[in-house]
Amino acid sequence: MVNFKINRNPFDQLVLIASDGKVHENVVPVRAFPIAAPQEGIALLSADGHELAWVEHLSDLPGDARALVEEELASREFVPEIRRLRHVSSFATPTTWEVETDRGDTSFVLKGEDDIRRLGASSLLIADSHGIQFLIRDLNALDKASRKLLDRFL
Amino acid sequence: MTSRSINVTSAHATLPDPWLGEIAPTLTDTENILAWVELDLDTRLQFSQGLVVVTNQRILARTMAEKTWDSWIFHAGLTLVHHDHAGVGTLELRDAQARLAGWRYTLGRNVAALRVIAAFERQLDSQVSGQPVEGDAVAVCPNCKTALEPGQDECALCAREAHVPPSTWTLFRLWRFAKPYRNQLLAGFLLTLASTAATLVPPYLTMPLMDNVLIPYQNGAHIDVHLVALYLAGLFGSALLAWGLGWARTYILARVSERIGADLRTTTYEHLMQLSLEYFGGKRTGDLMARIGSETDRICVFLSLHLLDFATDILMIIMTTAILVSINPWLALVTLLPLPFIAWMIHVVRDRLRTGFEKIDRVWSEVTNILADTIPGIRVVKAFAQERREAARFREANRHNLIVNDRINRIWSLFSPTVTLLTEVGLLVVWAFGIWQVSTNQITVGVLTAFLAYISRFYTRLDGMSRIVSVTQKAAAGAKRIFDILDHVSSVPEPTKPVHLEQVAGSIELQDVGFRYGNRSVIRGVNLAIAPGEMIGLVGHSGSGKSTLVNLICRFYDVTEGSIRLEGVDIRSLPVAEFRRNIGLVLQEPFLFFGTIAENIAYGKQDASRDQIIAAARAAHAHEFILRLPQGYDSLVGERGHGLSGGERQRISIARALLIDPRILILDEATSSVDTETEKEIQKALDNLVLGRTTIAIAHRLSTLRRADRLVVMDRGQIVEVGKHEDLMAREGAYYRLYQAQARNVDTDLDDVDVDNAIVLSDGLAKS
Ligand SMILES: Nc1ncnc2c1ncn2[C@@H]1O[C@H](COP(=O)(O)OP(=O)(O)OP(=O)(O)O)[C@@H](O)[C@H]1O
Ligand SMILES: [Mg+2]
Repeated sequence: MVNFKINRNPFDQLVLIASDGKVHENVVPVRAFPIAAPQEGIALLSADGHELAWVEHLSDLPGDARALVEEELASREFVPEIRRLRHVSSFATPTTWEVETDRGDTSFVLKGEDDIRRLGASSLLIADSHGIQFLIRDLNALDKASRKLLDRFL
Repeated sequence: MTSRSINVTSAHATLPDPWLGEIAPTLTDTENILAWVELDLDTRLQFSQGLVVVTNQRILARTMAEKTWDSWIFHAGLTLVHHDHAGVGTLELRDAQARLAGWRYTLGRNVAALRVIAAFERQLDSQVSGQPVEGDAVAVCPNCKTALEPGQDECALCAREAHVPPSTWTLFRLWRFAKPYRNQLLAGFLLTLASTAATLVPPYLTMPLMDNVLIPYQNGAHIDVHLVALYLAGLFGSALLAWGLGWARTYILARVSERIGADLRTTTYEHLMQLSLEYFGGKRTGDLMARIGSETDRICVFLSLHLLDFATDILMIIMTTAILVSINPWLALVTLLPLPFIAWMIHVVRDRLRTGFEKIDRVWSEVTNILADTIPGIRVVKAFAQERREAARFREANRHNLIVNDRINRIWSLFSPTVTLLTEVGLLVVWAFGIWQVSTNQITVGVLTAFLAYISRFYTRLDGMSRIVSVTQKAAAGAKRIFDILDHVSSVPEPTKPVHLEQVAGSIELQDVGFRYGNRSVIRGVNLAIAPGEMIGLVGHSGSGKSTLVNLICRFYDVTEGSIRLEGVDIRSLPVAEFRRNIGLVLQEPFLFFGTIAENIAYGKQDASRDQIIAAARAAHAHEFILRLPQGYDSLVGERGHGLSGGERQRISIARALLIDPRILILDEATSSVDTETEKEIQKALDNLVLGRTTIAIAHRLSTLRRADRLVVMDRGQIVEVGKHEDLMAREGAYYRLYQAQARNVDTDLDDVDVDNAIVLSDGLAKS
């Protein structure tokens, strides 16, 4: 199935030991489709950005390796999912949004309506003024008040 | 980093309040806080508060949730590094063996984090070396490392734009554009007043006509012809007056509004031209076109027709009310009964309408976007036989447009008939009340007819006013989108205190340059000093950041970290246009405007003489192919240079850059689409032109760069090697590998390689 080993060094970096015994420090896992198919297509990249290994599906990894990879992914990925819009400072941009996300409450500045991008039918990706991406996975799953606020920007 | 220091004297005082109280007990007497960063994420990337503090003895950290402070005393081997990915920064404290701690924050805190690292490194140096920390004499910006003015906390160059939302009363903001025409507007207003008053005369005259002529006649009296003629003359005269005044008013106001619309359009366009590439990168062409094209037009129509009508309506209503009240207050009161209802309805519907119209505008932009996407890309569409798909996409966008329009029309279509209904009911009430009053002899029949005459005008006006609600909201939505553009501050702002360079020799210095596209770090820690007249060859893999570096040097984007200096002056303090005048740029994707070839070559220098144009074309080896075209230099080239080959386009854009005789010449793959023979010829020409100019040339064909004084090899946003061709070859590093790979690929072009070696050899000889 997979012919490499993964462990973690004291610098908190992933180390990949390839089947030929070659050791790669500071390996970075990335998802090929972080939003469309997060569980499929994981690439392990070397520190200088070359692909070392390709994993078809997260579940193809043995348990401990998978845990390491998932842990590393979790510490690299930062796409807070908006659960609720509490308040928007104005309907004209730039505007400050106060939101509840799966990573806690926060507020951010939306620079323009163009920073809201549609992904498929009901998902939205919202980039704040510092380039952090907020995700709304399912528009229709939001509560009515949030949807009403959001609707003003769509 | 060690020779400069950061102004930290004020730091202690400004540590935010809750933290100051929390940290005070942990600090020893001799300990001062030097720098800190407030964290907004925890290690699991949940939003939560935390703090990292550097004092003169150690580094401390705590999250809001914990009660105790973690601390690390400075000792040799300790390092504090930062990196960022996808908008999240990481600070890591390490020693030689392991990672000791890691902290996360969103990029908004990056400057503070950099400050922390700077303070940390200075303290650590002094602790380890035993030397006292160098004086705080020069305060520098932690971001771009330029010296700060005394007493200044924030670097004026790096200070980010404030995020102030514009006022929502967007329509009133149009006043800025109306102001220059205020005299005409005043005249128009007075005319409106007069003509409205004139139209109110006829109904008034019906009153005496009825009471003094018709009713007495019915009661057996003779008709006083004289009196009738007087009244009729009055009626005719007032109609004529109203006509004349109405004409003058409409003409003046239409003229003015057309001008306001034109001003709005040109101002918006001018502003748009000033905005940075970053803005255009995030926008879609169709959307911008829709805003500047159709939305300014809509505002103009609103100003010329509807606003006018609206003003007339209001005046009419006020005047009518005054007249009605003066004739008979009770009947007037009854007449005005539907007004509050209508006002209430307008209030209810207004917001919905406006948001609806904003939506329609956005959907409309989507439709234009598809056009702006596919028409220029028609070759790709056809090549992949995707005409159907694009047609379907267009149909879908139109369908969306229909849905949104339908929704708003539902509200809208209800509104107007309701107003009509209310007015009809009002009429009924007036009839009933009027007949009762006539029967009780409170009023004459004449008064009632006059009332009815006024009322029908009055109510049609109300009806018109209900229509104005929709156009006003439409215009407000359009104005909002226009002001969206106008309110956007360029991310490459003009300096507040511009420095003017007298003489530009062409020395460029890049200091610790870092750059991000959004949250993606593309250039990191680039240091490079380019001497006047030097030719730099920039090489590296595709995507290594060569074009980006050039974009930064041209100031299409501003650096995120560090600074770029021209003659020792930060380019951010030079006026943008003045700075760019010194740069001749040949882009990777040559772009020609619609026009003749001569116009395209003279794009950067409108007053160039024909001789100069031809000289530039000759130098770029474009002269001969231009002469072969049927109309020579007067040949029209289509949009984006349609009708010319890629290499021909490139040569025209080289000529364009050469014509302005710049101090700094930047060639981004300037000869990538010409054959080797032509390339060599252009190269020969360039070789002469490059003399005495600072040149930065990017090329994948390394042989193109044989004349470069230094080659700069980039890899993933960093400079990995700098040196002359033979030195780099001798070093057998990144450049050597690039060169070898290419030599293997172009083995067919042996001649080329030979020439290359010969040049390199002769260069080497010349040096020794
Ligand atoms: N407008 C942009 N927004 C976001 N990322 C960008 C943008 N332009 C370029 N990039 C990214 O920046 C990196 C450097 O791009 P750049 O155009 O500078 O490469 P280059 O060295 O000129 O490559 P090439 O030799 O192919 O022209 C690339 O990874 C690219 O994807
Ligand atoms: Mg490029």
